[in-house]
Amino acid sequence: MSNLTDGRITDIKERYKGGVLKYKQMGYWRPDYEPKDTDFICVFRITPQEGVDPEEAAAAVAGESSTATWTVVWTDMLTAYEDYQGKAYRLDAVPGTGVGTDKEAQYFAYIAYDIILFEEGSIANVTASLIGNVFSFKPLKAARLEDIRIPVAYVKTFKGPPTGIIVERERLDKYGRPLLGATMKPKLGLSGKNYGRVVYEGLTGGLDFTKDDENINSQPFMHWRDRFLFCMEAVNRAQANSGEIKGHYLNITAATMEDMYERAEFAKELGSNIIMVDLIIGWTAIQSISNWARKNDMILHMHRAGHGTYTRQKNHGVSFRVMAKWLRLAGVDHLHAGTAVGKLEGDPMTVQGYYNVCRDGVTRQDLARGIFFDQDWADLRKVMPVASGGIHAGQIHQLLHLFGDDVVMQFGGGTIGHPGGIQAGATANRVGIEAMVKARNEGRDILNEGPDILRQAAKWCKPLEQALETWKDVSFNYTSTDTPDFVTTPTASS
Amino acid sequence: MHITQGQFSFLPPLTDDEIRAQVDYAISKGWAVAIEWTDDPHPRNVYWNMWGTPMFEIKDGAAALFELQACRKACPNTYIKVNAFDNTRGVESTVMSFIVNQPVMEPGFGLIRQEAAGRTIRYTTRPYATERPGGYSND
Repeated sequence: MSNLTDGRITDIKERYKGGVLKYKQMGYWRPDYEPKDTDFICVFRITPQEGVDPEEAAAAVAGESSTATWTVVWTDMLTAYEDYQGKAYRLDAVPGTGVGTDKEAQYFAYIAYDIILFEEGSIANVTASLIGNVFSFKPLKAARLEDIRIPVAYVKTFKGPPTGIIVERERLDKYGRPLLGATMKPKLGLSGKNYGRVVYEGLTGGLDFTKDDENINSQPFMHWRDRFLFCMEAVNRAQANSGEIKGHYLNITAATMEDMYERAEFAKELGSNIIMVDLIIGWTAIQSISNWARKNDMILHMHRAGHGTYTRQKNHGVSFRVMAKWLRLAGVDHLHAGTAVGKLEGDPMTVQGYYNVCRDGVTRQDLARGIFFDQDWADLRKVMPVASGGIHAGQIHQLLHLFGDDVVMQFGGGTIGHPGGIQAGATANRVGIEAMVKARNEGRDILNEGPDILRQAAKWCKPLEQALETWKDVSFNYTSTDTPDFVTTPTASS
Repeated sequence: MHITQGQFSFLPPLTDDEIRAQVDYAISKGWAVAIEWTDDPHPRNVYWNMWGTPMFEIKDGAAALFELQACRKACPNTYIKVNAFDNTRGVESTVMSFIVNQPVMEPGFGLIRQEAAGRTIRYTTRPYATERPGGYSND
């Protein structure tokens, strides 16, 4: 039996004599392997079961996400099998885990996959391999896909966002400031007419967009056609009141693609400039509706409902930065990407990493923001990130500082819960954003002077004064469950 | 009424010093500055009249302010906006836009509803400001 230093058995008779071999012996651990520019590279955070050699665990992940089955199969020899094997080529202990800490040992396993493994332009195919069987694999207690480097050659097989940040702004005639939105509340129970009233008040008060919530579809209290008709009356009336383009994200999420297409067509017929789907419709449906949006000049808003089932646990699942990369390829125009300061999970640096993935031309390795690899986006259009969930006017300076101009800030409760009414709530937020952008452009230090800038604007804007007073003590300072683990002297990304 | 196009339309009108500060910001970013004017405030009126060509590689905001004053003088009582343009690959579009002049009287918009099949309505936004074509004098 010939054994290489990496444990591979290269003698063909030994390798294929039948029975069970270790994954390392089968060739899935390749510490000498240099990933090619055309390879996919994944970094998994793995927690091996007690007594499992971490290199073997990494090899197992490589095997189970590519060609391996639990036993040796001679039919491999009918193929150029080495090309099809995932190759675990690097293993790093995760800082702060293992011996001498109170956490069980975790490792970052780097695995390269040849581009031949993946069907062009199919996120369904990519996910079936990379987060398929491997996540249920017994020798691992847990596994999490932390980041992925997608080869440029594969990026070019996708059309990406149907509209993108630049064209969205050109269509809306809105430049140089964050867009302003709000989700309609209460989520459930309003009739179409009452619901449209909330849309009208918000848009007339100064919002650019209003939004259906993720679970507004076609329930007994409001059928989807009623919702669309009343919302579009509100949008058009508010547009005429202000001379400014307005929109309402009409949620077309439904049971079947046929239903979704029907709803999308009706939104188009009524002149809506934007539709919305939830993440839970699945990758194939997302790519289908993206094609439809591209054909029909429609902005496509993605609400990431359900992502927490993938992303929340630090030791198991899929990081949101990976989800964001897949969604940019699949082709959405808006993507909820966190607020860092609001009610929902998100460490500020980590959330900035998601925003960069959405908006960069080339994303550079940035371990502090959880980005493991350089990623060239091959001029794919950019996704507008959406900051939504428990944010209010008193945080505008923090949001602008963290995320810049290319973001939709969505204040739901922070608009509709305003003591002066919905229009007042919308006006407060719009004035806050414009005052902050103006001050930033004038060279002021908004992070430190922000509260003062808001107070100055509140002197002439009563609604802003009320908003600042109402929510002055509201903050959500919980420890994030998801933060990057890295050592401060980064090594090469590949 | 008061149209709310542009990035600072909810703030009090900008003074010339404040306009200058925004232009200086654009220049510091390497963006071109352009001035445009129109008498048609329709929200989908994309092509306002250009006051000259965009000012590429200007060093000093004073030049833009000079052009703005000239535009104000030549086109009083119209909408005038200042734009900034970023020619970076992947942007290549407008990145700032704010109104710096509005007519004394802004008559607003009518909403025309054409009742179609079912409960469908087709909407048309009509600016009252364009009821009289450009050939009419203002008096």
